[in-house]
Amino acid sequence: MDTSALFDFSPLVQELDKILLGFWATIRLTLTSAVIALVLGTILVAMRVAPTPVLRWAGAAYVNVVRNTPLTLVLILCALGLSDTMQLTFSGDPTTNYFWWAVAGLAAYTATFVCEALRSGINTVSMGQAEAARAIGLTFTQTLRLVVLPQAFRTVISPLGSILIALAKNTTIVIVASYLDAAAQMKQMFDDYGGTIPIFLGFAFGYMVLTLPTGFLFGWLAKRMAVAR
Amino acid sequence: MSTNVLFDAPGPRARLRNNALTLLSAAVLLFIAYLVISTLGEKGQLDADKWEPFLRGDTWTGFILPGLVGTLQAAVVAAVLAVVFGVLFGLGRLSDHRVIRVVCGGVVEFFRAIPLLILIFFVQAGPATLSGYTMSVPAFWAVVIGLTLYNGSVLAEIVRAGILAVPKGQSEAAYAIGLRKSQVMRLVLVPQATTAMMPAIVSQMVVLLKDTALGWIIAYEDLLNAGLKQFAVNYGNLIPSAIVLALIYVLINLALGALAHWLERRSRRSRTSAAGPVAAPPAVGAGGATATL
Repeated sequence: MDTSALFDFSPLVQELDKILLGFWATIRLTLTSAVIALVLGTILVAMRVAPTPVLRWAGAAYVNVVRNTPLTLVLILCALGLSDTMQLTFSGDPTTNYFWWAVAGLAAYTATFVCEALRSGINTVSMGQAEAARAIGLTFTQTLRLVVLPQAFRTVISPLGSILIALAKNTTIVIVASYLDAAAQMKQMFDDYGGTIPIFLGFAFGYMVLTLPTGFLFGWLAKRMAVAR
Repeated sequence: MSTNVLFDAPGPRARLRNNALTLLSAAVLLFIAYLVISTLGEKGQLDADKWEPFLRGDTWTGFILPGLVGTLQAAVVAAVLAVVFGVLFGLGRLSDHRVIRVVCGGVVEFFRAIPLLILIFFVQAGPATLSGYTMSVPAFWAVVIGLTLYNGSVLAEIVRAGILAVPKGQSEAAYAIGLRKSQVMRLVLVPQATTAMMPAIVSQMVVLLKDTALGWIIAYEDLLNAGLKQFAVNYGNLIPSAIVLALIYVLINLALGALAHWLERRSRRSRTSAAGPVAAPPAVGAGGATATL
């Protein structure tokens, strides 16, 4: 047994450019899906509290089905199902196509968690706020847009941060959607150099550089933006 | 705030408007459903021969049920180990000894901050390199160990929150009647905390069960693998299979979710515990959870 390989950090240095490209893919996937998931999640929560029963029902059905499906299955359905089997493609270039299908899967899945977080945020807005809004004659949309949702957003900054971190970690699963990110790069290096502790620690460190500051940033933001009640 | 305060009890005009909105949204949803179904039909995904295998017994006995057993085996073993891990490290983070506190805190925060998948890759490939033998860890254990370390770390935070949710007077009273530290924990705090954290633990089990699907990536014979790789390849019916499998996962997870909801309602009106139900912990560092590090 060659013990020198166990503590050999040189593969990380040799492949640094590929590793950085992998993490760049992770960051792009995370940010793109996060923006889309936030928009989609807000639409979903508006549906779930709407006065129209059909919309409430549709929103609830979407959230319950997608949230309880494993993300792996969602991404497989997007990449192997919708893209490969049904030939619904975003672009002729495979890399671009799989990127957007990965984003679509991640965003569709993450939006359900955004929706649930916002809904619990809406529940923390006190009754009097909505009553006051109605008393001055605001309609449902105005109440939601001007009074309730802004406060709900500020309450759920911390959960949204958790969702963003979970999303960053979940991007590793796009390996099933034929798109390569940092996790795929690590798997490749395991095959080339063996599964050594330095390589694992290097990638773990890379993810912690992404997740820990995000956590602290959102913790700080949540305290700063908290609605005094 | 209950959401029905967002709009008034509708008068005649509002009722008319609501009905119009209902019709309109129903029409839009039906149109989307039509688009989905017609596209599926055009691509031949609704052909009877793609769905017919699900009506045959050998599909279920040969692929889906064995896969489901694989998924449940991994989930149950990982759940038990994760609870043990969670209790040990959750209590460890509350230890009076600084060293134990810091070590347990470090372990918990590390496994919560990194993606489960790279952990599973390492568990699978690492031991062979480290021992120098060309043995690889069975996919089952790679999945189970990965799930245990990640979910155990989340459970450790839930345990810690549960213990801290028991009012301070309880342990003060216990010390006052002369109980030792271990007795206070065992007889007073843990029983009450258990009631408080049950809903959060069951919710975490939904996460654990869904994550067994990562077994697909390292070829563990779980529901996803049996149903999508082995079975769907035979019949060329990936999309119908994916839909059926998704429904199975959704049904199991909805049942678990309903159990968590019931436990939460029960523990809210519980008189056996002074602690209210605790919520799942924030992700790494987002709520000051790392403050003790």
